[in-house]
Amino acid sequence: MDIRTIRETVYRWIFAVLAFAALVFLIGIILILFKEAWPFFAQYSAVKALLGQSWYPTASPAEFGMLPLIVASVVVTVGAMAVCVPIGVGSALFLHELAGVRLRAVLKPFIEILSGIPSIVFGFFGMLVIAPFLQNLFGIPTGLNAFTASLVLGIMAVPTVSSLADDALSFVPASFHEASLAVGATRWQTLTRVIVPAAGSGISTAIILGMSRAVGETMTVLMVAGGAAVIPRSIFDPVRPMTSTIASEMGEAMTGSPHYHALFAIGLILFLITLSFNIIAEIVSRRFRLKLGLGR
Amino acid sequence: MEPEVKIKAEKVDFFYGKAHALKDISLDIYANQVTALIGPSGCGKSTFIRLLNRMNDLIPGARMEGRITLDGQDIFAPRTDVVSLRRRVGMVFQKPNPFPKSIFENIAYGLKLGGVRDRAFIERRVIESLKKAAIYDEIKDRLHEGALMLSGGQQQRLCIARCIAVDPKVILFDEPCASLDPISTRKIEELILELKQDYTIVIVTHNMQQAARVSDYTAFLYLGSLIEFGPTQKLFTVPKEKMTEDYLSGKFG
Amino acid sequence: MNRARISEVLGFTLLWLCMAFCLFFLGAILYFIVVRGAPAISWEFLTSVPRRAMTKGGVAPAIVGTFYLTLGAMLLAFPLGLASSIYLCEYSPKNASVNIIRLSINNLAGVPSVVFGLFGLALFVKAFGFGVSILSGALTLGIMALPGIISASQEALIAVPQSYREASLALGASHWQTIKKVVLPSALPGILTGVILAVGRVAGETAPILFTAATFYTRDYPTSPFSEVMALPYHIYALMTEGTHPDEQTSIAYGCALILLAMVLAISGIAIIVRGRQRSSYGT
Repeated sequence: MDIRTIRETVYRWIFAVLAFAALVFLIGIILILFKEAWPFFAQYSAVKALLGQSWYPTASPAEFGMLPLIVASVVVTVGAMAVCVPIGVGSALFLHELAGVRLRAVLKPFIEILSGIPSIVFGFFGMLVIAPFLQNLFGIPTGLNAFTASLVLGIMAVPTVSSLADDALSFVPASFHEASLAVGATRWQTLTRVIVPAAGSGISTAIILGMSRAVGETMTVLMVAGGAAVIPRSIFDPVRPMTSTIASEMGEAMTGSPHYHALFAIGLILFLITLSFNIIAEIVSRRFRLKLGLGR
Repeated sequence: MEPEVKIKAEKVDFFYGKAHALKDISLDIYANQVTALIGPSGCGKSTFIRLLNRMNDLIPGARMEGRITLDGQDIFAPRTDVVSLRRRVGMVFQKPNPFPKSIFENIAYGLKLGGVRDRAFIERRVIESLKKAAIYDEIKDRLHEGALMLSGGQQQRLCIARCIAVDPKVILFDEPCASLDPISTRKIEELILELKQDYTIVIVTHNMQQAARVSDYTAFLYLGSLIEFGPTQKLFTVPKEKMTEDYLSGKFG
Repeated sequence: MNRARISEVLGFTLLWLCMAFCLFFLGAILYFIVVRGAPAISWEFLTSVPRRAMTKGGVAPAIVGTFYLTLGAMLLAFPLGLASSIYLCEYSPKNASVNIIRLSINNLAGVPSVVFGLFGLALFVKAFGFGVSILSGALTLGIMALPGIISASQEALIAVPQSYREASLALGASHWQTIKKVVLPSALPGILTGVILAVGRVAGETAPILFTAATFYTRDYPTSPFSEVMALPYHIYALMTEGTHPDEQTSIAYGCALILLAMVLAISGIAIIVRGRQRSSYGT
């Protein structure tokens, strides 16, 4: 083996090792979460924690019922999807079908800009502009609640869903479009009866990933959702999803205290939720490719 | 006995942006006859046939001058309902393009578009169309399975059935056998000969022998112009233009 | 047939409305932040330290803090990310490693930002003992940015026409030489775009630095990688939640938001230009 072949092999190995960094980090996160969350689950029963309705970590004795936090996350995420799915998929359909090449080239960057705006700015805007506006509009005690959080979160997730849905639509072969028109369908009929169903799994992937994003969002809900760790009775009640709980309470929790480990436990649950979403999205997206005969 | 003219093209010019794709074409398509369009690649035959059901509308920068009439009515008149035009003039494409749905749903699609709800009627029509397209026996126990599972030749006949289901008057075939094997090709050619009893057929083909086998009238196009048009027998045996003769004897294209 | 037409008109109108709503919201954010943030911006604002309990002076330490955090994050993410994408694209091994790496990247990309913060807290701040510092924050942010850099670099590498590689190899160049001298230079604009976009995302992140790097107030600029820092996104948060003088401080927060927004817009603009130029150079 000459020096050149040795050198090439060395390079290849260096790159291979470095490429595994992502895996190393992922495993690292999993390990750390388990390590720091374990003391909590060792001391408190998981079932009582997940279903407990009282979250009073600083009282004595401290109570760690996570249900209000979980319900808050669910409510806010579902609400966000109610906003994000129609608008996100709708705008993707718009770009795909109604926008000419030039209009599309102009509008896509705008959606990209929307996706680039930091979550803190969204939260800030939500808190100072949207919340007071909604407070006046609906005559409710505070604009910082689940409804506002859903609204702002939904808009934040729109670029994610929109661009993934747009990609899914573009994968649908143009021949379907032609065939449908040639049989005498209108463009709308073609879109709703052929194209969207064909892109169905791809659009589902987009929605699932949008949901994953909404569940994991921290700063926006921190500033807009209100902060009350109680199960909401109406959509206009302030809530505190899991993410904002971790963010706002970690500062006060002493290292190694039960509170500290409880927050890590929440973090672990959050991680598992988003992990499941990602796995489901991966499976759905693979089915999408197979269905359209795209291979891989 | 002069056969009735179904479609009449008068002095048609067509442009893609700046490119002048069709030059001054005047042509008659006769009812219940098969008219073939032949010529070397890029001569404009596909472009022309796509004018007949206004599929060229989909191309940005496309512009037509001249007149094309179906049963005497200008199909490019400003208030023409393009959607209903396409129901009267159906198209089968070069590459079979069934929808990713079941065989049954593929055929039923066109019917449901028109608002037809009667399940019994739809079922009858679907079976009828599949029979007319000479594919029913092969797939009759697989009606609710995916259409993409069929072979290329079967998919193409499925597309023909789909087209027939909406009861068109004219069927346009744009190189329908280009991606098929010789046996499937023959089946489709036989099918076309049968279909002409009920429909007017226009077929684009780059295969001269196919045109000779299947058509009653042939139009030879070259570089966007109509060089010669006439009954197939005459055009193939005693062509009037030298260029036609050269093409037919393989001197170019 | 008329029913179909009516459905079409209604349907298309809905789609127009969806698009319009997006644009409207974007416009609203830009409008409010610009209009309320502009009065706060001044040369003093951008270059001096905060004074008088955060009601006067500037946010320069936050700008500097954000800069260092972002720089540190890129120092970690860029080499690792580029190496990963080179391995995946240029060496594309036919074994399971490709799938494992790809899955890891996708899942890493989906991890919530606050979970990264927890990870950084437990590992860098506590276990490694770096404390709340630029180092901890940058490492955490770097890991967060990794998947984004890998995706963008992968896209850029895949876009390089295969014919370039074949021509180089046919001339007798080795695999590595081909990568170094032909593929990478070609893919550079796309890779840079990815880096620039990642910079934008990292600079605006708050949750990962909440417990790993950021603090409300530092008297001076950071002196070492182990100092805690102010950061623009965190500053907005802190002003709104811990601030003692809401009136003046809201205005300062708007100013910070405007700086962040300006940065995002500049980055998007650069990315668009670079992408446009790349497309024309490949003749697409």
